[in-house]
Amino acid sequence: MKTILYIIQKEFKQIFRNKGMLPIIFVLPLLQLVILSNAATFEIQNIKFSYIDNDKTSLSRELIDKFNASTYFNVLTNFSSEKEATSAMLQGDVDVILEIPQYFERDLLKDKKTNLSVIINAIDGATAGVENVYINQIVQDFNKKAQVSLFQPEDLKFLPKNIASIPSFWYNKTLNYKTFMVPGILVLLVTMITLFLSGMNIVREKEIGTLEQMNVTPIKKHQFIIGKLFPFWIIGFALLTIGLIISKVIFNTPIVGSLGLIYFYTAFYLLVILGMGLFISNFTDTQQQAMFIAWFFVVIFILMSGLFTPIESMPQWAQYLTEFNPVKYFVEVMRMVMLKGAGIAEITPLFLKTIFYALVMNALAVWSYKKTN
Amino acid sequence: MKEKNVIQVKDLTKKFGDFTAVNKITFEVKQGEIFGFLGANGAGKTTAMKMLIGISKPTSGEATVANFDVYTHPEDIKKNIGYMSQKFALYDDLTVRENITFFGGIYGLSKTKIKEKAEALISELNLQEVANELVGSLPLGWKQKIAFSVALLHDPKVVFLDEPTGGVDPITRRQFWEMIYKNAHNGTTIFVTTHYMDEAEYCDRVSIMVNGKIEALDTPKKLKEQFNVENMNDVFLKLARG
Repeated sequence: MKTILYIIQKEFKQIFRNKGMLPIIFVLPLLQLVILSNAATFEIQNIKFSYIDNDKTSLSRELIDKFNASTYFNVLTNFSSEKEATSAMLQGDVDVILEIPQYFERDLLKDKKTNLSVIINAIDGATAGVENVYINQIVQDFNKKAQVSLFQPEDLKFLPKNIASIPSFWYNKTLNYKTFMVPGILVLLVTMITLFLSGMNIVREKEIGTLEQMNVTPIKKHQFIIGKLFPFWIIGFALLTIGLIISKVIFNTPIVGSLGLIYFYTAFYLLVILGMGLFISNFTDTQQQAMFIAWFFVVIFILMSGLFTPIESMPQWAQYLTEFNPVKYFVEVMRMVMLKGAGIAEITPLFLKTIFYALVMNALAVWSYKKTN
Repeated sequence: MKEKNVIQVKDLTKKFGDFTAVNKITFEVKQGEIFGFLGANGAGKTTAMKMLIGISKPTSGEATVANFDVYTHPEDIKKNIGYMSQKFALYDDLTVRENITFFGGIYGLSKTKIKEKAEALISELNLQEVANELVGSLPLGWKQKIAFSVALLHDPKVVFLDEPTGGVDPITRRQFWEMIYKNAHNGTTIFVTTHYMDEAEYCDRVSIMVNGKIEALDTPKKLKEQFNVENMNDVFLKLARG
């Protein structure tokens, strides 16, 4: 135990003496949290909208005004012909072209129906889908109002009653995208920093030759490993704490569940990551190698964590793969506890998997670290 | 007599695949002896030494260091030896005092003992001025001397020195050897590899390795007689050139 304390003391001294690393450990991740959480949003706004009004009646103008009023659309241009409009889309000046046919108002009054043509730039399919929904909402809305104002009362009798669904959004009432993203990005930062630091730390001793010196001392394997990893365990908690404060103060992210539970879970989660870092450092000879391998895993972990893309939409085989992704567990737990207020019972399955993972990872790490070759 | 041998090696062999780095070497080192372990680059010195300090497992043969078997008790050996290599002296980003505290600590010395040793070491090497400076800022010769003293902190039975004076000026080398003599006189066994043949003259006995085998082992004086030459340099050249 005393030996471990000596190692921990030494590690902390070395970490805090490394003037180049300190800002990387504490400042950069938090900048990232602030920037990424604001920037990485799927909310689609400022859609470049254009129209061709072949009708030029009060009703057609009313429809266009509705788009104008929406915060999602920037009503850009009024094109006089389809040819002009399509060439503008080709150049990337517009995303959406709404074409109002001639006799739009007359048909609507007389036949009670008419057609609108909408062209959407669908290179980004997800964006196009969302844009389509927005457009439909506005057109539906316009439709309802038009019915009321245009139709005679006797007509209304024959119209089907509207069935309206009123959604209630649980856990994130205002559909604030940041509420969804901040816990996830926080996870990402804690993971990245602790993995990189722990992975590179032991390799660094290999590089400067001090690891050999350590191997010639009677330090026991577990003493060395605990002494080495403990400081990064603490740094992981420090990062989590600062991150939680930022998410509360800057993003006003709700923390519905218990903070204690978050920390309790993190304690085990960090063991997975630290074990992984140690495992990587046992198989590499230079810090560059360790960094590359750590990056490789981090990128896969992030993309398959459900942070940016829902796991449910992944193909089945990919979903199985995500079972090996510790980041996925942490993201889920953070969202569950912070936003839903989940308790220990709800996160137990994830918890058990994480503990199992930590055991396997650290067993591998201890096994692969050899004092005698 | 046997207890007096601190290192006993018999037919010790290390193979890497088809390559035999160390080929059936046999020797003993007595307590308080300064044992020079010589050989050209790639002759197998470092590999042999690594087996003795318990960080490399032998392929075959026997070896005991401080009465502990290298196969079964490498960790007990580590408690009883000191090690210093040219490649690594100390932690550059810790101060002299912090290095002493750390190494004293991991060898299990008590706090008061560490303090005592640190003060003794600092005054002996005249380091009062730089005791709280980072080791990285000190000249190489100083670092080597401090590293040697640190390797002796826990009063090991044997100290292994792997080219301890590489890149160090002649005056410092001289001082370094004075330190070695002093400790050998106190009963510490010194096992040293070196490239400097004048240093080989200082050793009680010298072994010379060529291509994984020990080709000569005796006192410098007898070796010179045996090869009928003036100095160790010529002994080495005769052997190494075959």
